[in-house]
Amino acid sequence: MSGSVSADELAGLGAGAARARRSRFIDRGFRSMTLLLGLALIGLLVYMLIDLTAGAWRTFEQFGLHFFVGTTWNPVRGREEFGALPFIFGTAVTSFLAVIIAVPVGVGLALFLNQVRGALANPLAVFIDILAAIPSIVYGLWGLFVLRPFFDSTVEPFLASTIGKVPIVGALFSGKTQGPDMFTAGVILAIMILPIITAVSREVIAVVPRDLREAALALGATRWESVRIAVLPYARNGIVGATMLGLGRALGETIAVAMVIGNVPKIGWSLLAPAATIPSWIASSFREASSVGLHRSALLALAVTLVIWSFLLALVSRVLVRKTEEQIGEPVGDEPVSVARLGAGG
Amino acid sequence: MTMASTLEPVRGARRAKDIAYRVSLWLCVAIAMATLGVIALYVLARGINALSVNFFTKEPASQLHPEQGGIVQSFIGTGMIVGIAALIAIPLGLLTAVYLAEYGKGRTASAIRLVSQVLLSTPSIVAGAFIWTVVVVAFGNFSAFAGGLALVVLMWPIVARATEEVLRLVPQELREGSLALGLPRWKTILRVVVPAAGAGILTAVMLAVARALGETAPILLTALGNDYINTDPLKPTDAVPLRIYADARTPIEALHTIAWGGALVLLLAVLLLSIGARVLSVRQQKRLA
Repeated sequence: MSGSVSADELAGLGAGAARARRSRFIDRGFRSMTLLLGLALIGLLVYMLIDLTAGAWRTFEQFGLHFFVGTTWNPVRGREEFGALPFIFGTAVTSFLAVIIAVPVGVGLALFLNQVRGALANPLAVFIDILAAIPSIVYGLWGLFVLRPFFDSTVEPFLASTIGKVPIVGALFSGKTQGPDMFTAGVILAIMILPIITAVSREVIAVVPRDLREAALALGATRWESVRIAVLPYARNGIVGATMLGLGRALGETIAVAMVIGNVPKIGWSLLAPAATIPSWIASSFREASSVGLHRSALLALAVTLVIWSFLLALVSRVLVRKTEEQIGEPVGDEPVSVARLGAGG
Repeated sequence: MTMASTLEPVRGARRAKDIAYRVSLWLCVAIAMATLGVIALYVLARGINALSVNFFTKEPASQLHPEQGGIVQSFIGTGMIVGIAALIAIPLGLLTAVYLAEYGKGRTASAIRLVSQVLLSTPSIVAGAFIWTVVVVAFGNFSAFAGGLALVVLMWPIVARATEEVLRLVPQELREGSLALGLPRWKTILRVVVPAAGAGILTAVMLAVARALGETAPILLTALGNDYINTDPLKPTDAVPLRIYADARTPIEALHTIAWGGALVLLLAVLLLSIGARVLSVRQQKRLA
């Protein structure tokens, strides 16, 4: 190359610079666009919260705290009264029942999955993923036509004639065993939240240092002792976190519960009585409420109550899993995104 | 346990507890497997009776001969509602993921991540109630479009989060190589990073679609359902989950069978998608590892 630069080359350089400028412009535009969409996601959540709260405002204004403790729900025009306690009660009882059943089984599965590696662990994990993938309407259908008749004819009479006869505790299983009830709903919910509890517990247990367990085993501990001494104390916070997450899922579950619980806004001791949950009630009465202002507002107030609840639970669960991470000094959850983690019932 | 022979054998209460522990682990496994097995078998056994040509090609028949009818309007409706949702949510989710994985550092990115986490843990009926007020009540009618929007609220964070994780798996060297060759950032992302993550992105999309297919509550509050074929996205529209819900609540035996048929088809579709997604993601991880 000679020292001088030809006109052609200069033009080429100019064009190159222009292209670089244009390219940088596109680059910045592309980045801004993706950023904008990310911000739009935040906007969506904020808008959703504002919209729901604004819609619910009339109810909160008119009934105040009474909305949360009132037991009458009457949408008849002119005599409107909206108290959400029966739904709060139904939601709490069924979700709590679900957690009581699902947590021991889920933690057991998680321990099992961490112990057996290889041949059995993988298919089992796939099975649990499948359990998570089953749509809630399918659980509902099965609950309505298979589980409920089975419970009515066999399980519930048995519980009523055994535990039902015990003083105090017996009140939980008293009354007639036929028909829709909270117990069936709780069991369906337990099946539905089993995968998430298993998945999260498994991740938490997986990061407990193995050498601790091995040391316990080397010192002559039995398997159970090694788990009790060297696994559960470390995983405890994480397991509680998993429980909260499961509870959050159970609270928001709609269709499967709506199909087996009977949708009766009543508060009572017996698990064998029908009830209603917040989501099941919204799903069963939104139609009449579409054109009626105050009734609609009351349903939105129920939705807001649900949102607050699920946010609090998600928050607590996050904090607890974090705590486990700090304790162990390793991040929890390097699992790929799976069905169990992403599915939240409908 | 050959080593144990040289040690003091474990006896008494300690041994009993250990055995109880092992047995209860197996019991947990048995419970989970049995539940899954029973549900799958029932859906298969009862649903298969409903499958016929009419089931896939006809609208519901009259009350007199409900067994001769089908649920073609639900298939079309599900296609429309999930299609609308996918059309909107997939691009939005992908580009959000690109921001999080490729540009996002610092507060904005972690805020977006937190928000998608929050949206993921929001009960789906809340998304339904939200679209119910802003679209259905505001415009005065239930519609496939509203149903699609409710599903967008659920799918967007799923696609964003799952895709972000996949994009992160793409080796840094690929990006550096492409940038070193003079490709601008946006081209590097669209021509190099995204294709490299291809199968993984497909996985994310499949998971999101599988989830959307089975959702009932959000589309109940927005699309409502319909006994007839409807192709106008601005009118009430049926969907397979809505049909199952409606048919199951009637006292008519033949309609229950149809509901089981719908459940079988739905379950097969959802399982194919989620198992397919799992296979793809395992393969992708092996390829990138």
